[in-house]
Amino acid sequence: MQFSRYFKVIVLLILVCQNLFGQNVNEGEIHGNIQIDAQTYSADSVINAPRVPEKMLLNSFANIIYTKGKFTAGIRYEAYLNTMIGFDSRYNGTGIPHKFLTYSDEQLEITAGSFYEQFGMGLVLRAYEEKSIGYDNAFEGVKVKFIPYKGIILKGLTAKQRNFFDLGPGIVRAADAEITLNEILPSMENSSTMVMFGGSFVSKYQADKDPIYKLPVNVAAWASRLQILKNKWSFYSEYASKINDPSTDNRYIYKDGNSLLVNINYTTKGFGWLLNAKRVDNMSFRSDRNATLMQLSINYIPVFTRTFTYTLLNKYPYATQANGEIGGGTELLYKFKKGTFLGGEYGTNISLNYNRLYEIRKNTPNDTNQINIPGTLGYKSPFFRTGNKLYYENITFEINKKFSNSFTSNFVYQYFVYNYDILRGITGYGMVYGHTGVIDATYRFNDKNAINIDTEILFTKQDQGNWALISAEYSIAPSFFFSISDQINFNNPKNNEIKHFYFGSIAYAKKGSRIQIGYGRQPEGVMCVGGVCRNVPASNGFLISLSSTF
Amino acid sequence: MKTSMIFIFVLLSSMAGAQTFKIPSVELKTIDGKKINTSELNNTGKPIIINFWATWCKPCIKELSAIAEKYDEWQKETGVVIYAISIDDSKSISRVAPFVNTKGWDYVVLLDQNSDFKRAMNVINVPHSFILDKKGNIVYQHTTYAEGDENKIYEILKKISKE
Repeated sequence: MQFSRYFKVIVLLILVCQNLFGQNVNEGEIHGNIQIDAQTYSADSVINAPRVPEKMLLNSFANIIYTKGKFTAGIRYEAYLNTMIGFDSRYNGTGIPHKFLTYSDEQLEITAGSFYEQFGMGLVLRAYEEKSIGYDNAFEGVKVKFIPYKGIILKGLTAKQRNFFDLGPGIVRAADAEITLNEILPSMENSSTMVMFGGSFVSKYQADKDPIYKLPVNVAAWASRLQILKNKWSFYSEYASKINDPSTDNRYIYKDGNSLLVNINYTTKGFGWLLNAKRVDNMSFRSDRNATLMQLSINYIPVFTRTFTYTLLNKYPYATQANGEIGGGTELLYKFKKGTFLGGEYGTNISLNYNRLYEIRKNTPNDTNQINIPGTLGYKSPFFRTGNKLYYENITFEINKKFSNSFTSNFVYQYFVYNYDILRGITGYGMVYGHTGVIDATYRFNDKNAINIDTEILFTKQDQGNWALISAEYSIAPSFFFSISDQINFNNPKNNEIKHFYFGSIAYAKKGSRIQIGYGRQPEGVMCVGGVCRNVPASNGFLISLSSTF
Repeated sequence: MKTSMIFIFVLLSSMAGAQTFKIPSVELKTIDGKKINTSELNNTGKPIIINFWATWCKPCIKELSAIAEKYDEWQKETGVVIYAISIDDSKSISRVAPFVNTKGWDYVVLLDQNSDFKRAMNVINVPHSFILDKKGNIVYQHTTYAEGDENKIYEILKKISKE
């Protein structure tokens, strides 16, 4: 009955607020959302789908946000009965893990309770949620944001972090300042150059109960960032460092950590060019030194490889390597104008993208120690040198073309090299080399009816061999979607069997709500959002998904 | 349990009382690095569309591309302004400006880098759009995109701009 107790407290709070400030009930607003995902599971030996004792599993949440004047209060109820397979089963159960009260005016914002936050790109601090992978490292404590003068933003927080339905052991203290020169200096107000810079300091405290090592109980990290926008150019860079922080992630070495990100782009109408580079060295930063996977991360290290919604382009996605990675990527975007040979009647968009990432060079820390021995300085790493291991490489070409008012299409080709052992954290699989192609076409019969046919193919001699996918979706605007698909695994070097993963679904959307019912097989794999991944076991069963925003 | 039901009833009845809508206050940046507070989004008595999207979201791009072809006409007819709220985070935020430029979209594009505005608006998945009338009330919202959805949006815009 923990839920109803929390619930009553919040409702009482809302009512008290309403009375305290002596205003009419009707002036306050309540909005929220709800999502329920449930799946039944049947054991299926053909695709290695395990037997699930519960037969049905469910993930769900509901947010309620109340706003009145300068106050906002909110709660989130979550229920995992039990947690769907592929998500961390430590979520099993129900509760109200997220609750907050915020006061905000033009200069000041104060939050007590749960909150998300990000400093710069997140190299030293980022709390966010991504329900599709079960990620939520929200802070719980207090946060203040203050604008002392136009163009200056100061933030400070002290909090613990969400750990499933509990809080982690560490305490995080953090501060950030961001200055936009154009807003401070009247002479730069109308300048074509925009300059922003900022700095962050983060410290975490965790008691040392280790029987073997003497560990730092306070670990400090700091970062600085600079952004310059001039005419068509944009430059952004962020550099972070951290003092020694022995942890399960880095195998208890006492080395300092650091990370550098650089993003440069140039863009005019119809043209874009991007370049990004990063180096990460021992930058896992958690509010519990024994935490692993998606648990209790204080910071976030972005991946710059492109994100796709096509199934087969997501078979071998890059995953962030907080212990060390060096590399970069570039992308060229171009639009052939209407009326030109390649542009045709409606114009054609193309994109060419390349990425390559390596391990960092690791040399012995001194004459007496090997690399990565627990309790030592671990290793020495020259800043600009790459290691011998290639982690990931890809080249991707995409064409987006509209042929007529009723016919549009998208073509993608990708070549990739994927270091399976490193990126999945297991040994014995080696490298995967592959080619992936996508032809995605949409035909509109009239203003309401359309069909989308998506065909994809992936060729590789390693891992599970080749894949093909064909899917058809018929939509009737604005509400109905009917889709069927088959994903086929063939030339699998392990067994040479042909396996079909058929799936069918019906979805109905109205206003802010959507309901989907599906049935079929899903192959095992990995699902990543922004470099953070979860394993998806194979499954066979009914899926029902319901969401609503009100 | 009985008291819980009463509490839920109290909540629901205060929800029923919530007719007007005030856009929550979240500070976002334009792709030129300028700050905009979402509570100040307005269009001097004309309708507004707030559309949540991302550069990696296929249906979002289809929807915004379909609207882009009709946006001139819509603006002439109804005076609507579209705020395209990108939820691209650190991994793809630097891709937003070049992407919008090569698509040739004329929307006011705002960056919601850590999904603060998305959460404040209770959006679960993208694409998700809200249509606000002259008084700032939400008259329609829609999630997902089916080919032809833009016609429904145009119908609503025409209706509310005549009121």
